[in-house]
Amino acid sequence: MITSKSRAFPWHIVVFLAPAAIVYTLFMTYPLLDSLRLSFFAIGPDNREYFVGLHNYFLLFTDSTYAPRFVGALKNNVVFFLVHMLVQNTIGLILAALLSSEGWGRKFYRTILFMPTVLSYVIIGFIWNLILSPLWGVTESILKAIRLGALFRPWLGLESTALVTISLISVWQFVGIPMVLFYAALIGIPEELVEAARVDGATGWQIFWRVKFPLILPTVGIVGILTFVGNFNAFDLIYTIKGALAGPNFATDIMGTLFYRTFFGQQLQLGNPTMGATIAAMMFLIILSGVLIYMFLWQRRIQTIEM
Amino acid sequence: MRSKVWILATVVSALAILLSACAKPTPAPTQPPAPQPTQPPAQPTQPPAQPPAGEKVTLIIESWRNDDLPIWQDVIIPAFEKKYPNIHVIFSPTAPADYNGVLNSKLEAGTAGDLITCRPFDASLKLYEKGYLAPLNDLPGMENFTDFAKTAWSTDDMSVTFCVPMASVIHGFFYNKEAFDKLGLQEPVTWDEFYQVLDKIKADGTYIPLVMGTADMWEAATMGFQNIGPNYWKGEEGRLALIRGEAKFTDEPYIKTWQQLARWRDYLPPGFESVKYPDAQALFTLGKGAIYPTGSWEIALFEKQASFPLGIFKPPVEKAGDQCYISDHVDIALGMNAATKHPEEARIFLSWVASAEFADLYGNALPGFFPLHSTPVELKDPLAQEFVSWRNECKSTIRNSYHILSRGEPNLENELWRVSAAVINGTMTPEQAAQEIQAGLDKWYKPRP
Repeated sequence: MITSKSRAFPWHIVVFLAPAAIVYTLFMTYPLLDSLRLSFFAIGPDNREYFVGLHNYFLLFTDSTYAPRFVGALKNNVVFFLVHMLVQNTIGLILAALLSSEGWGRKFYRTILFMPTVLSYVIIGFIWNLILSPLWGVTESILKAIRLGALFRPWLGLESTALVTISLISVWQFVGIPMVLFYAALIGIPEELVEAARVDGATGWQIFWRVKFPLILPTVGIVGILTFVGNFNAFDLIYTIKGALAGPNFATDIMGTLFYRTFFGQQLQLGNPTMGATIAAMMFLIILSGVLIYMFLWQRRIQTIEM
Repeated sequence: MRSKVWILATVVSALAILLSACAKPTPAPTQPPAPQPTQPPAQPTQPPAQPPAGEKVTLIIESWRNDDLPIWQDVIIPAFEKKYPNIHVIFSPTAPADYNGVLNSKLEAGTAGDLITCRPFDASLKLYEKGYLAPLNDLPGMENFTDFAKTAWSTDDMSVTFCVPMASVIHGFFYNKEAFDKLGLQEPVTWDEFYQVLDKIKADGTYIPLVMGTADMWEAATMGFQNIGPNYWKGEEGRLALIRGEAKFTDEPYIKTWQQLARWRDYLPPGFESVKYPDAQALFTLGKGAIYPTGSWEIALFEKQASFPLGIFKPPVEKAGDQCYISDHVDIALGMNAATKHPEEARIFLSWVASAEFADLYGNALPGFFPLHSTPVELKDPLAQEFVSWRNECKSTIRNSYHILSRGEPNLENELWRVSAAVINGTMTPEQAAQEIQAGLDKWYKPRP
């Protein structure tokens, strides 16, 4: 009786797992793996797929058409990521610290600061195009009003500034996310710890850096990895502001736009699905390695610190 | 620990995919072989006699011109049905950006309409090669078109034409007549005059001399490079020389074209590097600019929005009296689905599209889209009339990046956008631009003798 009972297969587990497993396999795992498969093929003149092994990757790294674009997109993507890491997450942390301290109008600011995050990319792109427009934008008039009119440049159109400008627009849009995450972590810190530090004579500055910050380090890691994944998958904002050619002169070209242009084509350029899949596979590998570094180097150490 | 297992699983499955990919037979039989490209059009099974009276045949037109739906429904189709009461025609457009994809899947599934609106060059050529478009060489009315008009819808050796050419757009410069009158300026003919006019407008300061931005990049290539260039590379002569490999983008005509574009920088609106196409259109129609390099497709919009009289002039030439060349870019045509059930009726409709009557209807309903018919069409719009009159004085050509030269990677058209914008922005010299373009072309293009 007991043995037969222990042998019964736990069908309910299968049943409970099935919906998620099926949906996830069908819409995430299978397309991902099929896209990886596609990157090992090339389409011949007869419209058939031919297996070419790692040739597409070889082209991507060495060919004079693809390699400069790939390296350029990767570099730009790193800049895009660094701007987010340094500016977005720092400001997010400062705002969260301000919001979690005593003060007037906190709920109001929390809502206002989070709002751009829920706006569509198209609206963000359009608004900032207008704000920064040298013809109808308010930026130049504002700068003139504070006697800095000479500093105005068409930032979105210059090779030297376009990428940083778009990165900062994206920072403006998404600063609400690290802010909310840090805020949640900060208000989760037990009041006794802060009080104890205060009794010991710590200043506000010391309390933040010696008590609160170490306790929210796991959140810092999560924010970092979310930023990394989001930035290396980014595409929409650059596409809405600069189009798929990511001008001027590829100054704003990141992995997402390079992938889009290659896979779907652009104007007279026909799409190249297999090369596009190769770029997508590289994006996957870059993101995967970032996530692995986070898991092995950061998350483990943080867990020991936490205890 | 759990994360470790997950990673292991990922790595293992990735390896499995790698191996399974390697094990695949070569080539993978994922797609059925394409039908024979030389397949003749489906012949009607019954003798091609007149359909019995009263039995109405319906033809469906596939198109991306959803803007033109009212014109087709109210003007063009009624005119045809009046003449051929036994044939009923339905214009069924798809959104422009989706058209190529939707059409391809409809053709593959066998549900596409009887008549197919053709994009110029390679997109339609591919459809013909796959056997979806019927050859139309022997269509009555095809003789009404010159080889130039047919290039965009013929095989490379010009042996087969598969769409009836419908319209082209002509490049040139619009100007604000009010501004010209106020400053006492004349339409410039030569480059010297062009810059004298620009200098005077700039000195006066009321108007922005030349309205264009480089943010979208295509204006620099299409309204800049392809607009003024034909005068330098002698239109078709230069375009075909590029295809034959007898000329290179590093030759003088091309460098000179980019040198002219580089000179434009001083006359463009402030911050032109981030001025987009709609910005430039608005700036000009608001009366803030004097000259706007563009093409005939702007006629309808500009006439509606501008409160001042508009004028146009041709791309300037080096010396007065030089032979002039214009970019008269073929854009739209109509072909027949090879699998149509009513090939006779479809051919009747196409013959009518090839007639002078259709050219007249179409050209007047859509000013700025010029019929390619060899008999001149009487256009009622004065600006359209003036644009089309240039065909008598100048030799026509098409954009040199559209035919054959955009089939490889890096794509010539995209590269022209990029370098032309960079030349105007001043971040690239004309010589650098020429070298980059030629190097990109040399990489994949083997000239055909």
